Amino acid sequence: MHPIRKKRLTIVLFLLAGLSIAVALTTYALRQNINLFYDPSQISAGEAPVDVRIRAGGMVEQGSVVRDTESLKVEFRVTDFSHSVPVEYVGILPDLFAEGQGIVAMGRLNNQGRFVADQVLAKHDENYMPPEVADALEKASKSNGSATAGGAKPATY
Amino acid sequence: MWQFFHKLGSPKWFFGISTRFAPWFLTGGMLLLVTGAVWGLAFAPTDYLQGDSYRIIFIHVPTAMLAQSVYIMMASAGVVTLVWRMKLADVFVKAVAPVGLVITFLALFTGAVWGKPTWGTWWIWDARLTSMLILLFLYGGVIALDRAINDEKSAARAVAVLTLVGVVNIPIIKYSVEWWNTLHQPATFKLTEKPSMPAEMWVPLLLSVLGLYLIFGWLACVRMQTEILCREQRSRWVKEFVTTGRV
Repeated sequence: MHPIRKKRLTIVLFLLAGLSIAVALTTYALRQNINLFYDPSQISAGEAPVDVRIRAGGMVEQGSVVRDTESLKVEFRVTDFSHSVPVEYVGILPDLFAEGQGIVAMGRLNNQGRFVADQVLAKHDENYMPPEVADALEKASKSNGSATAGGAKPATY
Repeated sequence: MWQFFHKLGSPKWFFGISTRFAPWFLTGGMLLLVTGAVWGLAFAPTDYLQGDSYRIIFIHVPTAMLAQSVYIMMASAGVVTLVWRMKLADVFVKAVAPVGLVITFLALFTGAVWGKPTWGTWWIWDARLTSMLILLFLYGGVIALDRAINDEKSAARAVAVLTLVGVVNIPIIKYSVEWWNTLHQPATFKLTEKPSMPAEMWVPLLLSVLGLYLIFGWLACVRMQTEILCREQRSRWVKEFVTTGRV
């Protein structure tokens, strides 16, 4: 390669390397702000601020959903399989909301450690499959005595 | 290899060869895209969780993948502009930037349309969606910067630097779903693993992706030809081409 071009190429590579380091350090420093939500372990550990609008995310615990018969109030627990946080919400839930499904809730943590949500969004994973396959997988996991009913897929949220 | 690379320096050579290849890109691309889209939208099985609304994946994933690939291509062309001062690289960046802008917009739009019924919201400021929006602005910035500078050579260099600066955003888009908590799910297609969906779903998806890439190839060729004709309008071969239709 021509020496001038070689020199230009080195400059370009240095520019790219410098930029990447700058951006990597910035995003690393801001990682807590870039994270969309706190997970239940962080909330239990007291990392989430109380009475500040935050998002909490995780899996809706099996058998934890309690619907109020009089109103739209719903109570459930959100878990990451090591800790769980009680959530209450008044309003219409997205279609995908179900036990064993990932959600992200927006709201405030009160001082009793309950999360009072004013918005609940459903999260889905990248495993798409036809209903028959999902049924078959669910049957197989039930006959194996697995506790996660409806857990046709690995627990990602 | 080097000889081919040096030949690329001649806009006339590229013009001649691309007029021959472009129609094949178009036919191949249309064939794949139509097959993939019809198969995906009408015949692929529904999803157990999302029902039919997941079918927007057959448009969303191809546009999102192409949006990022086009930017990587532009940045590579930017390196060529800065190091080798090759005119054709600049012609490429200028020709495809608007295409990239439209494709990125489509990816964001289809994502929003998909997000409303599944997540429950059109938009959320999570890392994936935000970095993709930054990509849209980067395309806009490249187009604006190019238009703002009158001198062709200075414009080429400024734009090349901007594409290089922006390329840092691409790994952020790609890995945002793994580095941070996001509402967006992880990637559907991974290079190292088998896709986590049955073949009746991923084959049509792959066809649409390949089809869209080929159509992009055609668009890039045609737009580059126009740009070359504009830039070389005073040269003898362009005058000959205009009068005889031959290169």
